[in-house]
Amino acid sequence: MGAPTWAGRTLAVRYPGRLGYEDGVALQSRLVERRRLDRVPDTLVLLEHPHVVTVGSSGRPEHVLISPAELAARGIGLHRAPRGGDVTYHGPGQLVGYPVLDLKPDRKDLHAYLRSLERVVVAALRAFDLEGERDPSGTGVWVDGAKVAAIGIRVSSGWITSHGFALNADVDLDYFAAIVPCGISDRSVTSLSRLLGRHVSTAEVAPPLVSAMRAEFGYGSVDDPGGANSM
Amino acid sequence: MSRIEVPMPQMGESIAEGTVSRWLKQPGDAIERDEPILEISTDKVDAEIPAPSAGVLSQVLVAEGETVEVGTVVAFIDAGAGASANSDGAAATGPPLETQDEESAAPSVPAAQSEASPPSEDRSADPAARHPQSDAEDAEPVCTATSEERLRTRSTPVVRRIAGEAGVDLARVPGTGHLGRVTKQDILAFIDKGGDAPPAPATSAPSLQSAAPSPPVAPGAPAPAPAPASASTPLPASPPPAPGDDDLWDRFHGQVVHPAFPVRDGDQVEAMSKVRRLTAEHMVLAKRIAPHVHSVIEIDFAAVDRLRRTNKARWAEQGARVSYTAFVAWACSRLLRDFPTINGTVSGNNIVHRGNVSIGLAVDLNPGLIVPVVRDTDHLGLVGIAKKIADLAERARSRQLAPAEIQGATFTITNPGVLGTVVGMPVIPKGTSAILGTGSIDKRVAVLADPDTGEDYLAVRKRSYFSLGYDHRLVDGADSARFLSRLKALLEEFPEDA
Repeated sequence: MGAPTWAGRTLAVRYPGRLGYEDGVALQSRLVERRRLDRVPDTLVLLEHPHVVTVGSSGRPEHVLISPAELAARGIGLHRAPRGGDVTYHGPGQLVGYPVLDLKPDRKDLHAYLRSLERVVVAALRAFDLEGERDPSGTGVWVDGAKVAAIGIRVSSGWITSHGFALNADVDLDYFAAIVPCGISDRSVTSLSRLLGRHVSTAEVAPPLVSAMRAEFGYGSVDDPGGANSM
Repeated sequence: MSRIEVPMPQMGESIAEGTVSRWLKQPGDAIERDEPILEISTDKVDAEIPAPSAGVLSQVLVAEGETVEVGTVVAFIDAGAGASANSDGAAATGPPLETQDEESAAPSVPAAQSEASPPSEDRSADPAARHPQSDAEDAEPVCTATSEERLRTRSTPVVRRIAGEAGVDLARVPGTGHLGRVTKQDILAFIDKGGDAPPAPATSAPSLQSAAPSPPVAPGAPAPAPAPASASTPLPASPPPAPGDDDLWDRFHGQVVHPAFPVRDGDQVEAMSKVRRLTAEHMVLAKRIAPHVHSVIEIDFAAVDRLRRTNKARWAEQGARVSYTAFVAWACSRLLRDFPTINGTVSGNNIVHRGNVSIGLAVDLNPGLIVPVVRDTDHLGLVGIAKKIADLAERARSRQLAPAEIQGATFTITNPGVLGTVVGMPVIPKGTSAILGTGSIDKRVAVLADPDTGEDYLAVRKRSYFSLGYDHRLVDGADSARFLSRLKALLEEFPEDA
C-alpha cells in the first residue's frame, strides 16, 4: 500500500543559475500556472539570488535592521515576498530551492509539507556528515544551534506550492547582520562552509538535495539535466 | 440562485486558524470557479484560496488582517442562477482545499496550557484520550456543519466574542442577517433585552454551549428541544443539493452535540473547561467512527523487574529512572514496525501506514489529561525513552509542552493501572488505530511448571493485564492477538541490551 501516487511521478529539476529575486518570483508564478494545467511535472527550481532582503507575509519591518537607503547603498535589494514567514536574506553562495509541486491528492497538509522540506534539508546535510535539526518552535533547519536553512512557502491554484527553502552553502554571513532572520533574534546563522571549514559551493549541495527530495516525496523518477554544474 | 459559503480552509492538521492577508476580489466582482479570491497566511505559509464556485462575490465577512478559525465563513458567493449554480454549490461547501471543523484541529495547544496539574507518576490514570489532534485524514470527511449551525455559530468572530463574554448561546439568538445569521446588532439587541430567556427545557449551562465554537443545535439532533429562537429563524435555504445520505453521514461523523439535562435543586453547574470540552468531543468522535474491539493478555513482569533491580544504580548515574512504562513503550515501538496496520489508520477509503513510530503517552493532569508524544520512539534506547517520558510528563504537568509535542502519535499507551485498576478498555484516539491500556501490576498466584520435572507448582509472580483497543476497520482480532503475544514474549524475556 503505502504512498499511493508519487512513485508514478517525476520530479523535474531546473537550474536557471543566478536570478534576480523578482525574476525568480515571476518564474515561479509561470511554473505554478503550468503545473496547475499539468503541462509540467512537479519541478524543483534550484538557483541563487543576488544580495536581497525579502520580507514575507508575517514579516515585521523592524526585523530589517538597516534602512532601505543603506541597503541600496550596499547593493542589497529589498522586496516583499509572496510567501509565508518573516524576513530573510538571499545572496550568492546560498542555494535557494523552489519546489513547485502539486500536493494533491494526498499531501494536502501545509505543516506536513514544511516538515517534509525540513527533512529534505536534514537529509542533504547528512551527505556532509552534519546533523541538522528541526526546532519544534519554528520552521527551518539548525546545526549546533545555528540556522543553516530558512523555509517559507506559498500555495496557490489549489495545492500548488512555490517558494521553499534557502540553504546557506557558502554565504557571506555578514549580510545576515542586516536582518533578524525569521524574526528569531536570539539565534545565529551559519553556513556549510563555516561548519565544515572549507568552501562548499551551491553546486556541491544540489545533488544531495535532489536525492533527498526524491526520497522524501517518493518520486519514481527524476528529470535532472545534471545542471548542478551550471549553478 | 444560491449563495455559496467560502470557509477558511483547513490547510494542515496542526493549523487551526488563518489570517486573511489580502482580498484579491472585492464584493461585486465576478469570479470564475477556482479563481483565487483571497490570500491567507499562517506562520511560514501563504496560501491563495480559490473560489469554490463561479458567481459574484457578494459579501466579505472578514477584514484583511483579521484572524479566524478554520471553518469560519469568510465570504459569500452568489452563484449564478440555474442548475449549474446548484451543482457548483453541491461540490462547494468548501473550496478545493477542504475545510475542517475547527474544533478537531484547534485543541492541543491551549489544552497544554490551561489545566491544573498534580499527580505523581509518569503514567496516567485515565482511559486515554489523546488530544484531539486531528490528522491529515480528518481533512476529507469534513464539511460537517449543517448550514443552519454554520450560519449561527460561524458568525463573525466579533459576534462570537460578544456572545462568549455575555454567556449567550448564539443558537438562541434570532438572526436577521443573511440566511438567519446572527449579526452584531442581533446579539447586542438580544443582550439588551435581557438576553437569555430560559429555553423550554432547563438547559443547564448556557455559557457552556456558547463557549463551543462548534455547534449546539442541529436540526434533527436529539437535543432536548429546539431552542425557541431557532423556531423563529427562517429555515435555512438548506444547503443546495446533496441532501441525501451523504449529508447524514457527514453529520453523523462530524458533529458532536451533548444533550442537556435538567438541573435539580442543589446542583451546581460549571462550564466545561477547554480541555474537557475538546476531550469530550474527541471521545465522541473517536467512538462513533472506529468500531472498537479490545483484547486482553496477561504479562509477567519478572524479567522486567530483574532488569530494573540490577540496573537501577547504573541508570540513576545516567540521571534516569526507568519506569515500567518505559519498558512497555520500548517494546511496543520495536513491535510496531512489524505491524503497519496497528501503526496506521483508516483515512477515507485508504489505509495510511505511518512512516514513523511515535508513541503518545496519556498523562493524568487531574483534572484532565494530555497525551505528549515520544517522537520516533523506535529510534530511542530504553534509557532514552525513559528520559523523554520523564521530561514530557513533567512539562505536561507544568504546562510547558510545545504544540508539536502533543501531535503526531501513531500509537498510544495509557495506564489505568497506576491507580490500581486491573484492566482498562481505552478509547482509540482519532487518526490512529490502536491504544494499549496497561493494568495494575500485582502479585498474583501463578501456576508454573517445573522445568526439570514438568510438575506444576504455585508461585507468586508480578503480573498485569494489558488490553489493546483496536479499530476493527483496519485491525483484525488475530492481528491484535499476534501483537499482544509478541509484546508478552518481548516483555517476559526482555533483552539485556535494550
